Amino acid sequence: MTGPAHTSPGGRHGHARGGGGPGGGRLDVDALLADRDVQIIVCCGSGGVGKTTTSAALGLRAAEQGRRVCVLTIDPARRLAQSLGLTELDNVPRRVEGAGADGGSLDAMMLDMKRTFDEVVEAHASPEKAAQILSNPFYVALSSSFAGTQEYMAMEKLGQLHGEATWDLIVVDTPPSRSALDFLDAPERLSSLLDGRFVRLMLAPAKGPAKLFSAGLGVVTGALNRLLGAQVLTDVQTFVAAFDTLFGGFRQRAENTFALLQASQTAFLVVATPEPAAMREAAYFVERLAGEGMPLAGLVVNRMHTGAADGIGADEAGAAAHKLAGGNESERQVAELLTVHVERQRIASREARVTKRFTAAHPSVPTVHVAALAGDVHDLDGLRSIGSLLGADDSGA
Amino acid sequence: MALSTQLHVVTGKGGTGKTTVAAALAMALAAESRRVLLCEVEGRQGIAQLFDVPPLPYAERKVAVGLGGGEVFALAVDAEAALLEYLAMYYRLGRAGKALDRFGVIDFATTIAPGVRDVLLTGKVYEAARRRDGDRFAYDAVVLDAPPTGRITRFLNVNAEVAGLAKVGPVRKQADSIMSMMRAPTTRVHIVTLLEEMPVQETLDAIVALRASGLPVGHVIVNLERAHVLSASTQKALANGELAAESVAAALRSVSLDAEASAGLLDEGRSRHERQVLQDSQRALLRETGVRLATLPALRDGVDLGALYELAQLLRDEGLA
Repeated sequence: MTGPAHTSPGGRHGHARGGGGPGGGRLDVDALLADRDVQIIVCCGSGGVGKTTTSAALGLRAAEQGRRVCVLTIDPARRLAQSLGLTELDNVPRRVEGAGADGGSLDAMMLDMKRTFDEVVEAHASPEKAAQILSNPFYVALSSSFAGTQEYMAMEKLGQLHGEATWDLIVVDTPPSRSALDFLDAPERLSSLLDGRFVRLMLAPAKGPAKLFSAGLGVVTGALNRLLGAQVLTDVQTFVAAFDTLFGGFRQRAENTFALLQASQTAFLVVATPEPAAMREAAYFVERLAGEGMPLAGLVVNRMHTGAADGIGADEAGAAAHKLAGGNESERQVAELLTVHVERQRIASREARVTKRFTAAHPSVPTVHVAALAGDVHDLDGLRSIGSLLGADDSGA
Repeated sequence: MALSTQLHVVTGKGGTGKTTVAAALAMALAAESRRVLLCEVEGRQGIAQLFDVPPLPYAERKVAVGLGGGEVFALAVDAEAALLEYLAMYYRLGRAGKALDRFGVIDFATTIAPGVRDVLLTGKVYEAARRRDGDRFAYDAVVLDAPPTGRITRFLNVNAEVAGLAKVGPVRKQADSIMSMMRAPTTRVHIVTLLEEMPVQETLDAIVALRASGLPVGHVIVNLERAHVLSASTQKALANGELAAESVAAALRSVSLDAEASAGLLDEGRSRHERQVLQDSQRALLRETGVRLATLPALRDGVDLGALYELAQLLRDEGLA
């Protein structure tokens, strides 16, 4: 499933920034947001760890510290809309009212991959050619329903937004699961698609003399026709021929965006929850980013349970709950509170073990812990609370 | 006899524990002398980690004994291997298969041409589900640890898209057969959720999308439910502020605990109360869909093999197996 090994141009060192000092420690989110050199923050991590909420909370906090922020989500679920109170997310950034201070502002958008793809085609092909591409059945399937197109289009959109120079910080939320890092592979894959023998083969009948129909080609096209029916191959050939002139531009822009992601104006944040599976994924992201020469700023661990009543240990609370359970009404109620506390302490110590294991394996990654909230986040105030837990308002990790 | 064996597709928002639930369901289905296949398709090796076995190859391996003595096999479906196998099995494209590989077609098909991947992954599950062993199916049930809710309808429906592209030929024929299996009465799509707003919202959205595509919804499985530790009277006292910090402190002193902790304990109690109220309201939303609900508790010590048997028994009690 991995493509050819990617060698990053001019290997770079991860930039140590924030208050953690050299080698790990606490991730200083406010220092990161205040750093005007940082123009792109990419949040990645497995599904369900709160990436979208973290992205939105970071965007809001930066906006309220005076930055002009755009939050881009490429998640198909309309979660960002829910938490930002936006009713319309239509592939252009929309202003979030009531967010921003000191000249800062917050815009948000959700990627519409088909629309983005169509716009690219329309912008870079002649009207006749664009019409030809847009109505090709292979293009229609590729641009609207197939997983993977999203990542290419996310690269396009990020490049476009960055090029507009309207914002001084773009926060990107990535799709869940490991495919999140597929967008890193997008330029590589486009290049191999463009330079690959298969595409040249597809183009051959349209371009080259008949002698290019070697014996090998005959076998291949014969096999494909047997599998798919002749008309699919014709659709693909028509598409590739029409798209040929666009490929170069696509690749160029994707490569530019890739270089942008590797540059020092970008910071990657890996987001996780203190569960073994999520932390394993986080380790995978950290290693993968390092391998690609991508600048990792740190790890955000969401939904940590910290004991509010740390003065009482789980065992003594359990014993006391047992004693009080036979008492009067208020004693019985306190016994229940102690039972809640026992459960919480057990969860907290399990989470502490899981996060310590990550830190032991990756000691140089600065980390911030965000306490679990009792309720769900679905408005700006909720995002502000998350923002202050991320930032310096809290003692954190 | 049906065209394929029972197929249980398990989806859910990321972080809801769908791999754990899929594994427990496979164990619940593997009663005495039954054989169950548990498949994963996302290349995460989640099953191997759960059962604490080495990474699964592209081959069916026995990973556990089922609840009641049956056998649970596991398979990590890999798109590239599935394509080559598919070519060899159905079309005897020995030489052409190699030529396809040499021309980069295999690479194109499995990584570059998006969607083909999902066709191959569902195709392999289809093959396993209708495989025969004499006059019975090779497996009594196939459990698929499927992509998350945000992607599930597109994933299961990918063959309908292919059918729209390839109008004739064996790929079209196979795509049609796979769609028939997905929509057959032998198939169930189960959705794992937590009692929190966003996973529940995704669950509701997925139910609508699955129904619209004619895909059969099985159970909604509420995972990691927290027990109701607080009684009704305590909840009321917390909500109304009737439980004073002084009386908590007095009770703590009576059992020689640090009375300073009373405010913290009350905070924890209030946030627990809030969580319980939220759980109840989310459960009510799920009930409105009319889909059968099953509930699995949060286990104190996390999930190990023993815990999987416990969850399997609970799923059986809830009528999923």
